[in-house]
Amino acid sequence: MNPALSVKDLTVTYRIGHGPVTAIREASLEIQPGEVHGLVGESGSGKTTLVLAVMQHLPEQAEITHGSIRVDGRELLGLSPERLRSVWGSQIAMVPQDPLSALNPSLKIGTQLTEQRDDLSAAEARDKALGLLEMVQIADPARVARSYPHQISGGMQQRVMIAMALCMGPKLLILDEPTTGLDSTTEAVVLDLIRELMKARQTATLYVSHSLGVIAQFADRLTVLYASELVEQGSKMNLFESPFHPYTHGLLDSIPRLGENKREIQLRSIGGRIPSLGDLPPACVFAPRCPVAIDVCHEARPMLEDSGMARQVRCYRREEIQAGEIDPRQPPAAPPRPHSPTAETVLKVQDLEVRYDQPRSLAEWLRRSPSQSVRAVDDVRLVIGKGETFGLVGESGSGKTSLAQAVIGLVDSERGRMELLGAKLPAQIKHRDRGTLSRLQMVLQNPDEALNPYLTVGQSLSRPLALLRGADSDQEVHRLLKSVRLPPEYADRYPAQLSGGEKQRVAIARAFATIPDLVLLDEPVSSLDVSVQASILNLLNRLQTEHGTSLLFISHDIAVVGFLSDYVGVLYLGRLMEVAPSEALFHPPYHPYTEALLSAIPLLDPEASQERVRLRGEIPSPLAPPTGCPFHTRCPRFIGDICIEQTPPWQEDETGTSIFCHIPVNDLRQAQGRVFAMRKRQ
Amino acid sequence: MTTTNTKAGATPVRGWRPLTVLLGLYGRPASAAGTTIVLIFLLIALIGPVIAPYGVNEQIVSDARQAPSPDHWFGTDHLGRDVFSRILFGAQDIFLLAGLGTLVAVLAGTAIGLLSGYRGGIFDEALMRVFDSLLAIPALLLALLLLGIVGPARNAVLAVIVIIYTPIVARVARSVVQSIKVKGFVQAARIRGESQGWILFREILPSALPVLTVEGALRFSYAIFLIAALGFLGIGVQPPNPNWGLMVGEAREHVFQTPWALWAPALAISILVIGVNLMADGLRRVLRAPGV
Repeated sequence: MNPALSVKDLTVTYRIGHGPVTAIREASLEIQPGEVHGLVGESGSGKTTLVLAVMQHLPEQAEITHGSIRVDGRELLGLSPERLRSVWGSQIAMVPQDPLSALNPSLKIGTQLTEQRDDLSAAEARDKALGLLEMVQIADPARVARSYPHQISGGMQQRVMIAMALCMGPKLLILDEPTTGLDSTTEAVVLDLIRELMKARQTATLYVSHSLGVIAQFADRLTVLYASELVEQGSKMNLFESPFHPYTHGLLDSIPRLGENKREIQLRSIGGRIPSLGDLPPACVFAPRCPVAIDVCHEARPMLEDSGMARQVRCYRREEIQAGEIDPRQPPAAPPRPHSPTAETVLKVQDLEVRYDQPRSLAEWLRRSPSQSVRAVDDVRLVIGKGETFGLVGESGSGKTSLAQAVIGLVDSERGRMELLGAKLPAQIKHRDRGTLSRLQMVLQNPDEALNPYLTVGQSLSRPLALLRGADSDQEVHRLLKSVRLPPEYADRYPAQLSGGEKQRVAIARAFATIPDLVLLDEPVSSLDVSVQASILNLLNRLQTEHGTSLLFISHDIAVVGFLSDYVGVLYLGRLMEVAPSEALFHPPYHPYTEALLSAIPLLDPEASQERVRLRGEIPSPLAPPTGCPFHTRCPRFIGDICIEQTPPWQEDETGTSIFCHIPVNDLRQAQGRVFAMRKRQ
Repeated sequence: MTTTNTKAGATPVRGWRPLTVLLGLYGRPASAAGTTIVLIFLLIALIGPVIAPYGVNEQIVSDARQAPSPDHWFGTDHLGRDVFSRILFGAQDIFLLAGLGTLVAVLAGTAIGLLSGYRGGIFDEALMRVFDSLLAIPALLLALLLLGIVGPARNAVLAVIVIIYTPIVARVARSVVQSIKVKGFVQAARIRGESQGWILFREILPSALPVLTVEGALRFSYAIFLIAALGFLGIGVQPPNPNWGLMVGEAREHVFQTPWALWAPALAISILVIGVNLMADGLRRVLRAPGV
């Protein structure tokens, strides 16, 4: 039988500006029918180019200079556009990352699903569409078939894309980060669906993802790409159990696993930065960042060598690594100071409420109908002690950013009281004095927008020094750069000349410039590559240890939050559901929502076991939040009318976990097992 | 953008220096051509009256309706005035009226748009509705209305340009500010307690400037058109002023006898407008954030 996909020695170059740039060089991979092949790589690794090449959808300035791509034995290179059209859909199909931009906004879902099947009559097409929607487990297929794409939720759109991809029964399915844009509880449901479909249909699949957890759960074999080069390829078990290539090691070591905490595990981040494709190291592309690089690594390009068990590695020191003679891991970060609870409270928030009023139309205004408002943060109370990290985790729309913005003063809070170091914290920035401003700082979400593009790094850093500390000097700027491990020359660079991770370092340096007591971090690592994430997390730990700063760390990633935090708060629809010490968060009793979140995370261990708790339906609209317990509409442990009618009480157990639920903690503990079990790493 | 200054925080943004911008404009053929055209016309505006072979309203009755010749490069019109000289004289008028009008409109529009867009609220809402209603009236019609009230005069034409273009520039400035003010670096400035003036002029304005400069250049070319159109209709500047639009209007009646008297000013207008547009395109590229 022919392999479903066979890529041989594929080399793709782009013609840009100064000359050709190679985006993927001599990559080979083979996928057998029924096999799932994971493709892993950070930005600039060439994985998008590889996928586009297989799809024969490369941009005009790209050129396949070498190699062959066969789908089910048929060569795709050199096929005319007409021939290709018959290959797309019936031979290869793809589920893209962003379903909304891939769906035609002016066609109903039902029509769109069977657009390719012009051999069907209208009635047949309708039946076929309904059948496809049922296959992807859409509860009300008739209604969805009549809807336009924007009328259904993101999770639903992605299911439609999956249905569309499977419509013609392709030989090869390409999944390009199909769940990256979804919230974790929705992602879990879609991943379940993909898993079932793949099992049932035995379609060969190329699964592209930056999330190693998803790959660990799905793939049979995997390919690791780094800076245009295929560095390692083999079965999932082999690669996860004993990676050979130092980069694979680095990648696996740099991600905090669910349940790990900074006090037990020090992340090993990969030093340096990912090279740009125009400026690749001449020999081994990973050599400048490799802890075991020797002279030859800088002189000649290593070959992809077979190391037995259908496994290939591109590394000169593979044999030594395989024999355990050398340690290819990056050096670990210094352990953070142990957490010692102090009496000193840095931030105290009580009954905080943030509301956004919806604009009224002229007619509504004339009728004097009351303006509707969204309660983004509702009745939140939290306390952060000196030197502590408080993690806030929640899905999109949970109000975590609004909460941070209310504390920092960017949005006005409706109700509630905030105290900073025992003194009342005014709600608005203009009512806060210099001292307060310098004690409270924030690192904003998107590093690409965090720095003024028209100011040099030095100018950006010197401004808070001049304004709040009156100590603006080159030495101070250089000291700040050094504290975030950037060389002093960076003071003269513009943000456009920095990588995402470097921009985030500068933003962190700017926030720490005034030596604040509390720094709020709004998703500081979520837009960064995994290997860069770890170095930022280590940097935050180090700065915190040095200055005794308290952190409020916000993320949608519960593994990262659990790793960095001393206490974790779980937000749902603007309300805290659970506050727990991070070591207790991952053990029962859980709030039912926390339980679902923990069960939704794809674990980074192929042999891990995990309970399957799935949430029904979508997050309710914050315009009309559910009465009683806001989670009751989706709660798997719903106990009756009390959940609908009464606001739950806060219950505390002996570990310090507080749970916002009607079910007594002891009953929860008895009913719940550990949601997941994973082997510890050394 | 190659100079370095080691004192952090001391220099304003380097890309703004006129020479750097000019060199940048000469980096691509299209913008280089546009810039050259604009510079030549600017030079004509400055020294035109000095180098003109004849006086602006000097009538050589014997030479009336002459085709272009070594004596009269662009020929003479029906009154025996040298077209070439009149064009040289007219350049100044175009630059003064269109340039000054656009400059005032861009400055006023930018100030209003910055403040309105940054503050938001009911003031912003009310102002923008007023501007919307102004924008709903076609520019030429609005000009006719205004000039009908105050009568044709140079200052009135200037005022008309300012009144018509300020709301347009303000709208552009406002929308740019609205997209910039939510960015992290502006929020970071607010968090460290910067004054509103600093945020508007140091944080937001540099990012808005490329768009505003391009908008200003385009407004300038439209202003040239508008002045020409008003002159052509006879309600702007009045004869015997050598306004190019007015010249086209006057020559229209004698187009079969002296087509050159119509062609020359019409071409002058077109070439200048094309030049300004090409330069505006180049400005968009040159003024983007440094280091890209």
